[in-house]
Amino acid sequence: MTNTTQNPATSNNLLAEKDGVPATTKADWSSDQEVRWCPGCGDYSILTAVQMMMPDLGVRRENTVFISGIGCAARFPYYMNTYGMHSIHGRSPAIASGLAIARPDLDVWVVGGDGDMLSIGGNHLIHALRRNVNIKILLFNNQIYGLTKGQYSPTSEPGKVTKSSPFGSLDHPFNPVSLALGAEASFVARTHDMDRKHMQATFARAHAHDGAALVEVFQNCNVFNDGAFDKITKKANRDAMLIDLRHGEPIRFGADREHGVVLDAAGGAVIVNVAEVGEAALLVHDETHPDPAVAFALSRLASNPEMPTPMGVFRAFDREEYTAASEAQMATAKDTDGEPDLRSLLHSLPTWDV
Amino acid sequence: MTDTLEPVGTAKDIDQVIVRFAGDSGDGMQLTGDRFTGASALFGNDLATLPDFPAEIRAPQGTLAGVSAFQVQISNHEITTPGDAPNVLVAMNPAALKSDLGRLEVGGTVIVNVDAFGERNLAKAGYIDNPLEDGSLAGFTVIEVKMTTLTKEVAKDLGVKPRDAERSKNFFALGLLSWMYTRPLEPTLDWIDAKFGGRDAIVAANKAAFHAGHAYGETAELSEHHYQVRPATLEKGTYTSINGNTALSWGLIAAAHKASTPLFLGSYPITPASDILHELSKHKNFGVRTFQAEDEIAAVGAALGASYGGHIGITTTSGPGVALKGETIGLAISLELPLVVIDIQRGGPSTGLPTKTEASDLMMAMYGRHGEAPMPIVAAYKPSQCFYAAIEAVRIAVKYRTPVMLLSDGYLANGSAPWKLPDVDTLPEIAVEYASEPNQTNEDGEGVFWPYLRDENLVRPWAIPGTPGLMHRIGGLEKEDGTGNVSYSPENHALMTDIRQARIDKIAEDIPLAEIDGDADASLCVVGWGSTWGAITGASRRLRTAGHKVAHIHLTHLNPFPPNLGDLLRSFDEVIVPELNLGQLSRLLRAEYLVDAKSITKVMGQPYTAGEIEAALLEHLTLDLS
Ligand code: SF4
Repeated sequence: MTNTTQNPATSNNLLAEKDGVPATTKADWSSDQEVRWCPGCGDYSILTAVQMMMPDLGVRRENTVFISGIGCAARFPYYMNTYGMHSIHGRSPAIASGLAIARPDLDVWVVGGDGDMLSIGGNHLIHALRRNVNIKILLFNNQIYGLTKGQYSPTSEPGKVTKSSPFGSLDHPFNPVSLALGAEASFVARTHDMDRKHMQATFARAHAHDGAALVEVFQNCNVFNDGAFDKITKKANRDAMLIDLRHGEPIRFGADREHGVVLDAAGGAVIVNVAEVGEAALLVHDETHPDPAVAFALSRLASNPEMPTPMGVFRAFDREEYTAASEAQMATAKDTDGEPDLRSLLHSLPTWDV
Repeated sequence: MTDTLEPVGTAKDIDQVIVRFAGDSGDGMQLTGDRFTGASALFGNDLATLPDFPAEIRAPQGTLAGVSAFQVQISNHEITTPGDAPNVLVAMNPAALKSDLGRLEVGGTVIVNVDAFGERNLAKAGYIDNPLEDGSLAGFTVIEVKMTTLTKEVAKDLGVKPRDAERSKNFFALGLLSWMYTRPLEPTLDWIDAKFGGRDAIVAANKAAFHAGHAYGETAELSEHHYQVRPATLEKGTYTSINGNTALSWGLIAAAHKASTPLFLGSYPITPASDILHELSKHKNFGVRTFQAEDEIAAVGAALGASYGGHIGITTTSGPGVALKGETIGLAISLELPLVVIDIQRGGPSTGLPTKTEASDLMMAMYGRHGEAPMPIVAAYKPSQCFYAAIEAVRIAVKYRTPVMLLSDGYLANGSAPWKLPDVDTLPEIAVEYASEPNQTNEDGEGVFWPYLRDENLVRPWAIPGTPGLMHRIGGLEKEDGTGNVSYSPENHALMTDIRQARIDKIAEDIPLAEIDGDADASLCVVGWGSTWGAITGASRRLRTAGHKVAHIHLTHLNPFPPNLGDLLRSFDEVIVPELNLGQLSRLLRAEYLVDAKSITKVMGQPYTAGEIEAALLEHLTLDLS
């Protein structure tokens, strides 16, 4: 084995120019490992969407890292022909933050399920979002614990009967988009496993965002929570039940785009009949608004996946990205304190000679 | 330094003195002690300090719980501890007198701020009668000084508010002690300028109080309390006075510098480790990144993420934090990535005694993870040596791709002593090697990368993201030896478990042998680790002076142990292990070597004094003679 002591964090050699990145195909991004999710699991289509999107991003495989925690979704890195770490339950946003801060030259993705990200790892998720470290978080929400065989999760509907809640779950669920917006996330989006094109477009938007990005992906666990999202994501239901968010456009949906969204006097989002209120009254989607209040109102439109549910980018707001700010401080310190000199460090407190 | 080294006036020569400053948390005793120490260091004394403060930032004023103390020994010869019993106790209020009088030597000197001995303060301290009047201090020399009154008087025309003026009374005490022990004045005056520069009234008040205290000693009838402690004859060199946490921080910076690799600290504030986070965050020009995480788990996670990216990942904490980090340390063991976990131990369990010292995390460092999860342990033993211990921890972590536990404690962290500064060119270089090429060939003859293919030290390659052609996946699931692919094979798990143990055991070949300090032909050997070094060394010296033979082995590497340790221990009739816990090292030694290691222990939140260890050893020595 040949080794090198060259350090990518102190040299720019591995910060290859984005141009000149060799063209790749989906196959280049697929590892040689056999995929081991249950047949029919929604995770497959998410994996395909990611592997198909990657060639379009113009990035190098060696500069791409997938970090996951524990759970079905967390097996994801094994299937990507990139660098990857399958870590421990809930901690992937923290591990990914350290990697991204140390190595701003990398694209760092985080993959996890609702238990991983919102239950055991909830604290790390909200802090990663608030800090705006440049990591892209894909939250596969199937509203159930899969790998431990079917207990209710922090996104399960109240009253859910599972092995650990034979009389119905008493927990009130999180709405991941609301949570992320409340956690000061600068980019928040939602997509679902039945629409590959929408996933690809949404993931690509997250990648393009300068800062932490959270994408909630409605994902079907056909073994323990089959059809949880059918009422909104089945092809036949989509027109009536999915509200496509498009920046700068009035928010409308329905087979004939007959429904729309307005804000009521209290600032809440309400579904209306466009014919009754007129197009001019509709809320125009502004994902870049500095105040997340309207995005939050949109996230409250559906309290469960049986009601019309917004899809797409809720918020894409530019604010200082953490690693860039951290590198700027490093550069300033070099300018003001000069080249590192160990001897002067050791002599920086009062000294005396014997 | 303009001060003369000749005795001043009536100053009597003494070899050493132990002074203990005690007062309310708000009285500035840590600062006072620190200044007395700083001036003594620049004067050329050897010294050792013991800051001893409560966990509360401001405990109720005047109470026993609020007493904050600082003990320092200064000497004209080499010393290793802040001393057994103070010769002088400065008590700024009744609570300080009550809580610390018991430590004072028989016949010692008490200097009290008599202004603070009003009824309220006496009652808060639990005194029914005023100890200054009821004869209970008969065995001591008591010097009563109206420190508050005198300080207010000299400050009254200087433009400070009376409340602020009163706060300068610690400088009065410092001035008085500076006169008593002939300390140079300039370092303190310069320090006041630097610290309070811009706030002219405060500078003036502090200086006035300091001079007033000094003049008080000169003019009041204290001439029989006028002493001189001459500079110590230390090895030639340039010295600085350093505490353990600063030395440790600099050691980390030095190690990263010598490795030409950036340092990444993930940390969550915790007493008594936070000062390392503070210190490292100042030195970004050395390529040091510090990340104050949302919790202890995120702190170690971020450090591990940085290590995965090719940085030297560090996390600093105290015992409760190590408990939280256990799962991630296990992941680092499974991933075989470098990581240094620094535990500044304190009294436990649970929140325990956050500001008091203890060394009771050895078993946690050794075994505190699920599964068979061995990791090397390095322990620091005196403030300046924290520098070298940090370098050694980084060296092992980087070279052997393993998390390393570095143990220090609250006493080392905050205590200071002179340090003969090393020539930085003599510090060892640390080689960092990242994999850059495939290391295996597949059936089609193509080069592929196997992340768990090992070298002769059983060390796997460090292939960092960004390296073309070496993309691979690692994780906490058991991996197949070589390929690193997930494997549930029983034989493979047994093999990997054995390898993980063997690769840590093998580090024994690459650490210094255990050495005997003192009499190799003694029948009794004292084995210590960590901050007990000073007290054991002091005790052994006293016993040798008294004609006894004592051997002392002090361990800096606790896992693996030095390869000669077993033979050394078996060569003594008696092995005594003093520890600030209930006998953790003694149990490890018994289990490993089947020697009858006898434990002596102390868990009072205070370091051992040399006297305590001397007494305990003497029992064994006299038993041996009888
Ligand atoms: S248990 Fe559910 S989420 Fe997990 S792999 Fe099977 S179908 Fe997918």
